[in-house]
Order: sequence, then C-alpha cells, then structure tokens
Amino acid sequence: MLAIRTEALTKDYAVGFWRKRPYRALDRLTLEVAAGEVFGFLGPNGAGKTTTLKLLMQLIYPTSGRAELLGRPAGDVDGRRRIGYLPENPYFYDHLTAEELLTYFAAVFGYRGRARRDRVARLLDEVGIGVERRLQLRKFSRGMLQRVGIAQALLNDPALVVFDEPMSGLDPLGRRDVRRLILRLRDQGVTVFFSSHVLSDAEALCSRVAVLAGGRLVASGRLGDMAAFQVRGWELVMTGLDEARVDRVRDRLLGATRIGDGRYALELPLESAPDRLVAELSAAGAELVSLNPVRDTLEDFFVEQVTRSAASAPPRWPAGGGA
Amino acid sequence: MKALRVVGTIAVSVFRESVRDKVLYNLVFFALLLISASYLIGQLTAGQDVKIIKDLGLAAMLLFGLFIAVFIGIGLVSKEVERRSIYSLLAKPIRRHEFIAGKYAGLVLTLAVNVAVMAVALYLVLACMAVTEPAAVRAAWEAPAVDPAMLEAILLIFVELMLVTALALFFSTFSSPILSASFTVGLVIAGQFDSDLKHFRAIVHSRAVADLTRALYYVLPNMAAFDVKAQVVHGLPVTAGYLAVTTAYGVSYVAAVVLAAMVIFARRDFR
Repeated sequence: MLAIRTEALTKDYAVGFWRKRPYRALDRLTLEVAAGEVFGFLGPNGAGKTTTLKLLMQLIYPTSGRAELLGRPAGDVDGRRRIGYLPENPYFYDHLTAEELLTYFAAVFGYRGRARRDRVARLLDEVGIGVERRLQLRKFSRGMLQRVGIAQALLNDPALVVFDEPMSGLDPLGRRDVRRLILRLRDQGVTVFFSSHVLSDAEALCSRVAVLAGGRLVASGRLGDMAAFQVRGWELVMTGLDEARVDRVRDRLLGATRIGDGRYALELPLESAPDRLVAELSAAGAELVSLNPVRDTLEDFFVEQVTRSAASAPPRWPAGGGA
Repeated sequence: MKALRVVGTIAVSVFRESVRDKVLYNLVFFALLLISASYLIGQLTAGQDVKIIKDLGLAAMLLFGLFIAVFIGIGLVSKEVERRSIYSLLAKPIRRHEFIAGKYAGLVLTLAVNVAVMAVALYLVLACMAVTEPAAVRAAWEAPAVDPAMLEAILLIFVELMLVTALALFFSTFSSPILSASFTVGLVIAGQFDSDLKHFRAIVHSRAVADLTRALYYVLPNMAAFDVKAQVVHGLPVTAGYLAVTTAYGVSYVAAVVLAAMVIFARRDFR
C-alpha cells in the first residue's frame, strides 16, 4: 500500500506587484512513498520541498496534478485523522502553555477527560518537555518549540507523519532524540516523510530519498541502489610507513596522504586487490589500521545533481508566463 | 456533531486567548471607569442625573465593545496566518469553514461576557442612585433608574457588536490587520449614515449617482438602526416588533458576511 502518491503535482504562484506572472514553485512532481518506510525529501533552499509538503496538507492548492495520502485525496478531512504534520519552524499561540496547546489540539481530535490528559502528558515526556510544559509558549526557545511541534504531530497516533525540516533549530542532543524518535516510529510501522537539507540525517534514517532542485524531481530511489553510491575504490590507513616505502607502491595508488607519525591514508582503485598491498607493506614492518570501501557520499551526489539541474536551468516561468 | 465539537473547541480557545489579552483588560477597565464616572457627572446636573448615567453607560458599552470587536476581530485570522500557527491547526481534521465559525463564535462569546459585565456595572450604579436619591427627585425621572427597558438597548448594542465582529473577521480573512481595521471602521462610520443614502436621489440629478447610492443603501450595514439609546433613556417605548425585525436584520447580515468570509478563506493559499 502507498502512503503518499503524487501525480504530476504542479504549483504556480503569481509574483510581481503590477504585472502578475506565474512562477513555477513545483513542476510535475510524481512520487510514491510506500507504507512503513522512512522517506527523505531532499533539496537546497527554494527547491520546492515546503511547497510540496503544504500541497500534501492542502494548505495550498495545486495548479494541476493530484496527491493522495493513505489512499485518500490530499485535504480529505477524515484522512487527516491518521496524519501528523510538523510545519517548518513551527509557531504556536503565545498565550498558551505547551500543555494547553496539546490539550487544545487533542480536543480537536475528539479526545476527552483523562485519556486526553494522559496522552498529552505522555507526548510531552516523549519529546523531552519537562516542567516547562506549564510555561507560556512565548517563553520557549526555537528548539523547544520544535519539540512541541513534533509532539502535536504525534497526538493522534498517526499512520503517516509529514515533517518539514524536523531537525531545524535543535541542538545535537535534540537531533539525536529526533533521529531515535523517527526510527521508533518506523519500528511501529508509521510512515515517515520528512524534508531536509541535512544529508547526514537522510543517510542515517532513510530507506529511500528523492532529490528536488529548481522545483523538479532530479533523482529518487534507494540510497544503496543509486549508481552514485556504488563502491569506487578502497581506502587503507596504515602506520609504520615512511615516504620511501609509499613511493615504492605509488604507481598502484590513486593517492596517498600523510596523516602524521608514520600514518598514511592510501587510496586504491576498485580493481586492485587491497589485501595484497596490505600483506606487502606489513612484511616491510607497516601495520594496518583500517580498510574501508570508498563511496560517493550523499553530499557528493546531492551537489552533483543540484549543479547539473542548475546547469540545465529548468524554466520556472511556465509557458505563457513571460520572462 | 463533530463539526459542532470542532467549532466549540476553537471558540473556547479564542475566548481564552481574548481573556488573556491585556488589551481586553484595559478596555474593560476604562469602560467600567467611564460608567462609574457617569455617576459623578450625574451629580453635577440637577434632574438629569439618571439620564446622563444611562446615556454615558450605554455609550461606553457600545464604544468599548466596538474597540474590542475591531482590535481583536482583525487579528483573529490574519495573526494566525502571519505567525503561521494556522499550519498546524488546519492540518488537523478541521474544515476551513469550521475554523472561521469557531473564531467568530469565540469572539462573540468574549463580547457577550464583556457586555454582561458592563451591563451589571451600569445597573449597579443606577441601583445606587435609586437608593440614595430622595423620593422627590426620583418622582421627576422620566423612567425608573433600574429600568428593564435598558435591556432592549443593550440587546441591540450586542447585535451591532456581532455585526462589527463579522465585518472585522471578513476583512481579516484576506487583508492585513491595518487594512482590516481601516475597512471595518470605514464601514461602521458609513453605516451610521446609511439611512441618508435612501433619500439621496431626491437631491441629485444624475440617474447613475442615484442608482449607486440606492445600491449602497442596500449593501451597507444600517448601523443607526441599532441605536435606541435615546428612546430608552427618555422612557419612550421600543416596540417588540422593531426589536425583532432589527435583530433579524443584524443576524442575517452577520450570516451573509461570515458566509462570505468562509468562501474566501476556503480558497486561500497559505504560502
């Protein structure tokens, strides 16, 4: 079953003061997210990530195309009972405390009495809001508001959560907590769809990713399946080496970097046999510290895709839109 | 049933927000101060004391009610959109028209409580007057100090405030707070002269202008119709028929304006 499905989803905004003209924020996005997966929606600032998420939650309406969440059209009110949403840089009511805000939202879902109180207390505990829960939200830091935002997105035990930049504004501890939370949701069978430009988060959490640039989908798939993530060589780190010994094997290396104190990082091509080189250098008194395959990182891939997309300069002014 | 629950939940939240708003306390404080001060002013005028207290008290109730309706009403929707607090709320199982209905109901509830507080204060001042003044002075009054007929004026003040709240809410669904305030205040002032527009064609020669003023007469809210303060203060009767028709007019106008706000809000993109 699909948790999210979009078909040629497109959004144009009217920009300009006197002469309005359409600006294409999202261009024919077709995407499928399976139930139960953690899906990363990546892209640089202005790529159209937040626009997509707002379209999914029907905070904005599409110019064309369609979107379905959990088998229902985006915006279906009953469908939202099973969906949680964290907006980017969430902001809530200044005059309410964290506890009151969650109680208010829980009432919208129809929770009453003790069940509501328990649910609110449990969620605030889960996101690490302690005694501060009785403070008005205007006294909260950005990171604390982010935690409250995550709690309100989980109030209804959703089957699908849509997080817009969930790590934004969090300190390292907060980021770790959110990563754990996302993994826990995944283990409970919840589909997690989150946007981010922090690639390490996607690498650590996602089964699949999609990369958006200039309002267009430029890549999507399993991280491991993407050609860019295939092993393209080996990196050896050895101690007990000197410049003369490294020079003797230099013709078999792609590169050698002196780390210090007789320690070198040696880069080998994929077709070479690293074990033979290790044996040869060990016989000469060197010692193996580590041997790792070299892959492109998501960051390399991301930069390449975004740069390529920018070079081909997709028009953001749709046909007839001028400029 | 679900819809009513959602509207009620939002209304209670608006009420709570308004109650915690310092602006509201300031306004209610000054209204109560003015009602109390009317007692002192009444003491300075021989034979006119009760009339002055009633006049000033009812005027204060309307004026400060208008301040609350406009200044809180214009922020009801626009503040939520500007601060983006609306994103989390509208992602919940809420229909956009339920959101508007809840916001409106919440502010009307706030106004009802305020009008009730001010009415009680006014009746207390008048009761104090009735007790302290000698019988000879009381005999000269056109209407008793603690006059139930004042409730007729208070009812129409409340309907007028409901209408102004609806206008403020309507403008706040698509414009900034400053523009919303300008439009609302402009309409309230224009509405005071609405009856004049009816007879405008007798003094203009242009058919187009006559038709325009006639159209405006029907479109603009007739605010003057809600003002029965003078009759009540002077002990003149306000018929039940007039009360019923004027209330029905106000409620119909409110329904039309809130409906228009819902239609605009339902189509809006929150960028």
